[in-house]
Amino acid sequence: MTTRPRYAEEASSKIHGGCGLMGICDESGTLMSGEDAILAMAVQHDRGNGLGGGFAGYGIYPEFPDHFAFHMMYHDLQAKEESEALFDRYFLVDLAEPMPTRPVKGISDAPLLWRYFLTPYPNKLEESEMSAEDYVVRAVMTINSSVDGAFVASSGKNMGAFKGVGYPEEIGHYFRLEEYEGHTWTGHNRFPTNTPGWWGGAHPFALLDWTIVHNGEISSYGINSRYLEQFGYKCTLGTDTEVAAYLFDLLLRRHKLPLELACKALASPLWEEIDRMPEAEQALMRSLRAVYGPGMLNGPFAIVLGFNGGMVALNDRIKLRPLVAARKGSILMVASEESAIRAVLTEPDAVWMPKAGEPTIARVKGMDWPIHGDLHLSPEDISCAVTGTDMSCETVEVTA
Amino acid sequence: MPVSFIQPEFKVKIDYDKCHKCGRCVQQCGWGVYNFNERPIPDDSKCRACHRCVTYCPARCISIEKNQLAYRENDNWSPAARKAVWRQAETGGVLLTSMGNPLPYTRIFDHLVLDACQVTNPSIDPLREPMELRTFIGHKPDSVEVEADGKGGFRLAEGAGMKNNLMLDTPILFSPMSYGSVSLNVHKSLAMAAQRLGTFMNTGEGGLHQDLYPYQDNVIVQVASGRFGVNQDYLNRGAAIEIKIGQGAKPGIGGHLPGEKINKEVSSTRMIPQGTDAISPAPHHDIYSIEDLRQLIYALKEASGYKPVGVKIAAVHNVAAIASGIVRAGADYVYLDGFKGGTGAAPQVIRDHIGIPIEIAIAAVDQRLRDEGIRNWASVIAAGSIRSSADVAKAIALGADAVAIGSASLMALGCHLCQSCHTGCCSWGITTQKPELTRRIDPEWGAEQLTNLVHAWSHELQEILGALGVNAVESLRGSRERLRSIGLDEQMNKVLGVKPAGM
Ligand code: SF4
Ligand code: SF4
Repeated sequence: MTTRPRYAEEASSKIHGGCGLMGICDESGTLMSGEDAILAMAVQHDRGNGLGGGFAGYGIYPEFPDHFAFHMMYHDLQAKEESEALFDRYFLVDLAEPMPTRPVKGISDAPLLWRYFLTPYPNKLEESEMSAEDYVVRAVMTINSSVDGAFVASSGKNMGAFKGVGYPEEIGHYFRLEEYEGHTWTGHNRFPTNTPGWWGGAHPFALLDWTIVHNGEISSYGINSRYLEQFGYKCTLGTDTEVAAYLFDLLLRRHKLPLELACKALASPLWEEIDRMPEAEQALMRSLRAVYGPGMLNGPFAIVLGFNGGMVALNDRIKLRPLVAARKGSILMVASEESAIRAVLTEPDAVWMPKAGEPTIARVKGMDWPIHGDLHLSPEDISCAVTGTDMSCETVEVTA
Repeated sequence: MPVSFIQPEFKVKIDYDKCHKCGRCVQQCGWGVYNFNERPIPDDSKCRACHRCVTYCPARCISIEKNQLAYRENDNWSPAARKAVWRQAETGGVLLTSMGNPLPYTRIFDHLVLDACQVTNPSIDPLREPMELRTFIGHKPDSVEVEADGKGGFRLAEGAGMKNNLMLDTPILFSPMSYGSVSLNVHKSLAMAAQRLGTFMNTGEGGLHQDLYPYQDNVIVQVASGRFGVNQDYLNRGAAIEIKIGQGAKPGIGGHLPGEKINKEVSSTRMIPQGTDAISPAPHHDIYSIEDLRQLIYALKEASGYKPVGVKIAAVHNVAAIASGIVRAGADYVYLDGFKGGTGAAPQVIRDHIGIPIEIAIAAVDQRLRDEGIRNWASVIAAGSIRSSADVAKAIALGADAVAIGSASLMALGCHLCQSCHTGCCSWGITTQKPELTRRIDPEWGAEQLTNLVHAWSHELQEILGALGVNAVESLRGSRERLRSIGLDEQMNKVLGVKPAGM
């Protein structure tokens, strides 16, 4: 039996690369087809090199709004059997089916792609004394770390991640995204300067309903990862995206910072700006910056964080990576290039360059704000569930 | 008395064809090397190679050479080792010396190299873009608690946020050097420079002279085992208080300022009688353990309205555990002094053989505090031979919040590292109390020299950050990923948490 290609083996040191991204959200909750997301990424074709593309869509499973939708990648049938045995043990499986795909030129060597709509067995959930979210993360972690050749691409309610090795428009068509309708979409085009081993390595990174796509390089990676280690996160992949994901988890979930302030901590205003702020705000920003300095993301980046209530796009503190935003009615869109926006939103009401470090936030009306439910799990569990690496990957730890 | 076995270390050569016979060398030399008899006649045995005469000779006709005596070769018994035996046989005493450890231990900083951006991310030009060096020294909470401000925004929750930190415009402070060991003019120069630079000078253990009161917001006041000059007023004047446990040049050793140096001013600043020896006991006699330290930290906080209280220790073998204890005892910063740190006077055997390099101490302490999840609770200041902005950057990348410079700052005032501070005759007017020597430093000029030096290093640090593609010093701090080692063994790389170049 061949073993699961270890994602962690992709990165014995920090991965470098450029990328393109997009995010679109209709704040009224009106659904749009995945075609727009594909189009936005197709326009930005040249920002990638065909080694990774992916999308996340929200509100796409209206027929299963309260089920945890598991998007799975299997290296072989045995991995599928083992994972399904796990599902059967812990969840009521209401539907299990192969991901709808179509053959697309340029896409090859796809793993087995399946999706499952799950609800935790009520008695088992009660027994576990965990929240449903914790219960799900625990399952994701178990699969990612102990089932060889299986990887959970996403696991949130009424959403899903679709990703793989190829250009994003190829991946989008392969997954037939035009057949889905969602209120929020994010997309990513990858330009890694090394060779990714497998499909799980593409963006978005996802856990529950929370996804992250990222363009750039975080030059402060060294201290960010050491900072996170203090809180129990294991940065095993050597990717910038990983530290960004954990930092959001730390600040939003564990330290309970509002989204706006979490963004301000991660892409801090300059001291000269802080010094000009009114007193109360200044005290707050000083503390945020001094306390979270080791977590500040420094270097060129643009990030889109997607979740069931909307999305937030964030640029680095001096805007060294492109990010354009536009609004048309209730639709907010961001992309690496304005051309992508113009291709999707003809005649937008406004197009602007979000300022360095200023979060661009879209909130879907009537949806809950908390980003990923009622999690009480340890950062170790989160690390493992997000990246699909088990705890034995000591060899790729960045610091000794 | 039989002759001394010890031959002069240097030869003072005067080109008498050029000499003006002006006598300036006679007047400049603090060690009494020169006699004037129609022309200057040097006594080589007194020369310390401090270059004061060389610098001030109008004819530039003085040169100082090594006394190249051949010794019968013996790798084991170096000439220095032989001289030490002869000297001790003559005197029966502990050999005294000063400044930092000169022995050829591995200089770890010189085996570390920094990273730079190429292609995949842009380097940043500090001339065009902001490049932030601002640093806060002190306790920081683990997280920031906020509450809605009722106006759609947020504010700090009651009692939350960072409190009582020292704000530095650049992560470089001046090391503690006491008034008494250095002159008042040196103290003034340091205080004025600290104020101009937005950083801090440190009184050392000799009290705070009233001439420094105008600069007190940029002064850290020290409380050492002798408690010289310590009272409520002193504690309240400082921006922060530092408990000195040890010093890199002489870990475990007290201090002794001879009565000759205790003139009227020093005596009133130290609050001891004029002409008495100022003896600092080796330990604090009220700190025999960590819980005693905690009491002192909190006593000082209570007495000063909760100013930051730091603890200075020498880097010794168990430094990580000690630092962790200090942080848990409530210190706002730990000041680590490496074994190459300078001093006004120390037994040579202690200076040269006790303690560990600062690079290792930073790495061990930073990692230990992280492992324990208490890195935010206190800052780490590193000192003990920071020689350049490159050392500053490397110390910070290893995990220091800021560095302190002592020897380098004295060099800015003319010090030539002649290792003779303990004689009290410094020709440069630095480590002396003789009025004819101390007036050689004009505090205004001194402040300018120091300001220049720290500005220059800060600019260089900004260049380094720019090359690394980050625009704030906190993104370099502890970012060992941006360091690589060359020529260090695997064990050392592990201790430092640094990969070898090529990996
Ligand atoms: S200072 Fe120079 S020129 Fe003057 S007496 Fe001395 S050696 Fe001669
Ligand atoms: S301070 Fe003076 S005595 Fe001490 S080493 Fe420097 S020049 Fe020599």
